[in-house]
Amino acid sequence: MNALKTITDRYELRFSGSGGQGLITAAVVFSEAVGVYDGKYVCQTQSYGPEARGGKSKAEVVISETPIDYPKSLNLDFLLAMNQAACDAYFYDLNADGLLLVDSTLVEQYPTSRIIGIPFTDIAKNELGKEVVANMVALGAVGRLCQKVNLENLEKALLQRVPKGTEKLNSKALQRGIEEAEKIDVLGLPRSIITDDDEV
Amino acid sequence: MAVTAQKIRHEYLRHNKKFPHVWCPGCGNGIVMAALLRAIYRMEISKDDVVLASGIGCSGRMPTYLDFNTLHTTHGRALTFATGVKLAKPDLNVVAIMGDGDATAIGGNHFIHAARRNLNLTAIIINNSIYGMTGGQYSPTTPFGSTSTTSVYGHIEHDFSIAELAVTAGASFVARATVYHGELMDRLIEQAMRKRGFAVVEVISNCHVQYGRRNKLGGAVDMLTSFKENSITVSKAEKLSPEELEGKTTIGVLTDREMPISTEEYKKVRERASKTKGKI
Amino acid sequence: MFNQENKRLLLQGNEAIAYGALAAGCRFFAGYPITPATEISEMLATMLPQVGGTFVQMEDEIASMGAIIGASLAGEKTMTATSGPGFSLMQENLGYACIAEVPCVVVNVMRGGPSTGLPTCPSQGDVQMARWGTHGDHPIIVMAVSSVSDSFSITIKAFNLSEQYRVPVVLLSDEVVAHTRECVQLPDQKSIRVVDRIRPSVPPDWYKPYEGDNRGVPHMAAFGDGYRHHVTGLVHDEYGFPTQKPNEVQQFQNRLTKKITRGFSEIMMTKGFMLEDAEIAVIAYGSVARSALKAVEDARKQGVKVGLLQLITLFPFPRSHVSPLLEQCRAVLVPEMNMGQISREVQRVNQNKCVVAKHNRIDGQFITPNEIYAQLIKL
Repeated sequence: MNALKTITDRYELRFSGSGGQGLITAAVVFSEAVGVYDGKYVCQTQSYGPEARGGKSKAEVVISETPIDYPKSLNLDFLLAMNQAACDAYFYDLNADGLLLVDSTLVEQYPTSRIIGIPFTDIAKNELGKEVVANMVALGAVGRLCQKVNLENLEKALLQRVPKGTEKLNSKALQRGIEEAEKIDVLGLPRSIITDDDEV
Repeated sequence: MAVTAQKIRHEYLRHNKKFPHVWCPGCGNGIVMAALLRAIYRMEISKDDVVLASGIGCSGRMPTYLDFNTLHTTHGRALTFATGVKLAKPDLNVVAIMGDGDATAIGGNHFIHAARRNLNLTAIIINNSIYGMTGGQYSPTTPFGSTSTTSVYGHIEHDFSIAELAVTAGASFVARATVYHGELMDRLIEQAMRKRGFAVVEVISNCHVQYGRRNKLGGAVDMLTSFKENSITVSKAEKLSPEELEGKTTIGVLTDREMPISTEEYKKVRERASKTKGKI
Repeated sequence: MFNQENKRLLLQGNEAIAYGALAAGCRFFAGYPITPATEISEMLATMLPQVGGTFVQMEDEIASMGAIIGASLAGEKTMTATSGPGFSLMQENLGYACIAEVPCVVVNVMRGGPSTGLPTCPSQGDVQMARWGTHGDHPIIVMAVSSVSDSFSITIKAFNLSEQYRVPVVLLSDEVVAHTRECVQLPDQKSIRVVDRIRPSVPPDWYKPYEGDNRGVPHMAAFGDGYRHHVTGLVHDEYGFPTQKPNEVQQFQNRLTKKITRGFSEIMMTKGFMLEDAEIAVIAYGSVARSALKAVEDARKQGVKVGLLQLITLFPFPRSHVSPLLEQCRAVLVPEMNMGQISREVQRVNQNKCVVAKHNRIDGQFITPNEIYAQLIKL
């Protein structure tokens, strides 16, 4: 009869887009970095079934310093949307002060002013020459923006997972994502409630 | 011969256990059992190294009477259990004994896949054209037009040939005998057990009680006589036209071919796998 | 053993079951592909040959069950894994494993049913089937996993109980647990308690293959070990031969039942959370126990005296753990992804001691903490 400690912290991310964009892989790499290398508790789930191949696809990660009870998201802290459909479908699952990161190559209508747009697909296709690594560019940006993962560990986890011979490309994609994210002033984004302290 | 027969009986029967057996007087199952024992005796295999698996039905009771590692499984599933035994202990001699309904109706899928999988197993199928134990219902080998307790107005489905099914499904060795041809049968069973690969022996047998009686084929002796008259060896059959072969039972070795055996192939799989250790 | 000891791995529940099986000594797996259990087959197809074991994909689930029984009789620890439709097909030979007392583990990753149902959605609809699916009265052990680390450790436990009691153990997972990835620290093999069936020590001539020992469990010889014996699905005597003598039949049936009842205290496993002062309890199992824990924690923050009893063993039903709770609490809530398959067991034990409320969902969706919380505060 042992009891788990009460959950004190819980950080929830969702990687979304269409099947084939590599979002589950990105989420698995992220979870491996956080769970195996950073040593935190992590729970990774995903949409399962026909929609995972084409159509909407999502993968979720819950991070905590203590054991995780409910494995799926309850109130998202971070949403990555790699296309318009995913952005529209999942925006309202994000808490008001959560971060919305979109692929600005593919998402045209922004549902909020509190949003970060980075052209992941464009970077992958035109700079790196391989559209398929857009997910890894996005992963770099997610890692940098959420500040929940050691970025060196993220790269380590990435290199463990990717096929032999593609390490350089993937690693470069990840670094490009991190660079792009560094340009973003997160604290300068619009907020849901402006407190008195903030107004001063 | 008589001395040998007694020796075999004493050596292999569980005579102090569950006799008398359940088979009707004149049943062909005893002839098949004796042929199997003669084959094993000649091969000088230790009783500890023989596993005899069976399904459900009259044939299913055979292992009960024999002093091997015996496995009386569920209806139609003898080959699935046998597959597990053989894969776990490839050095054992595993023989599955089945009936026609057992092996080719409820167990038909297992039968063709066991043939395709090609483990080093022996399957003996006693084909008496009927479900005997349950009281004479039609089976996959009941001939068109005949009578059974579930085809009282004449059977309207067609039977198939078990041996030919086994050939098509990829068995390494396929042979057929009848219970009249006891000596041939034990030679074929021996050949099948020595064969490296999935080996099938179909034995045409008599159920004079449930099948012969309803179809006016007489008693056990009459049915065995007709097996004698209607059988033709493979070599003779090759010289006859299909019309001349109509109604005849071909006996002897129908197929004998060399193919990779999956227990042997799996050893190679293990070797290949051991080289990838740690890459999981 | 398999080169992953002492490593921290990010695994899916299904993968953890495969690792647990290897750690428990499983060296034979037969299966047939089915969603959402297939990863277990895939993992073991890769790993078993690495450790000298055997994987075989059979033609269907009937055959898979037959093959694991055959291999177990030949001395291996064996497992198969499936989901609802395949579990239906396994019932026939599962009964054989019960009557012939063949140790084996059957994993059922539950999905929505009946029939083809909702192949990719979670469910707990096979709970009563796991207990009563095969015909006739029979002993069986049913356990449920709720996390990836459970999937590893309870799999080992399932093998141990199966070997110890010579009984098939059904391990229920569900689509949520099966596909959730969590980190597991795989322990050193030397630190894992592994139990093996007892083999006969008497000379072969003295061996009675179905004579129970002091626990009612017969010692088990493997085919090929010199103890030639008969194994049958018919009711049999101590020698393994068919019998219809009422006294022998009765003796046999009694032993089958009693070998499990004697082991109740060891077989029945539950986990309690915040139950010491609870006035309300949630009784949950599988993935739903996790939603329940979150709901209980949220309710505690609101001052509600509530706790959680997580069932790990579902059958034999852990009556001795549930009963005191029914005395202690004024109400219990049983949330399940079925129409009430465990709540009926709770009610059976209850006998009007307290209020037993249900929360059921069969729309293929995972029960959320909020739903349970909403039910809890009404009690």
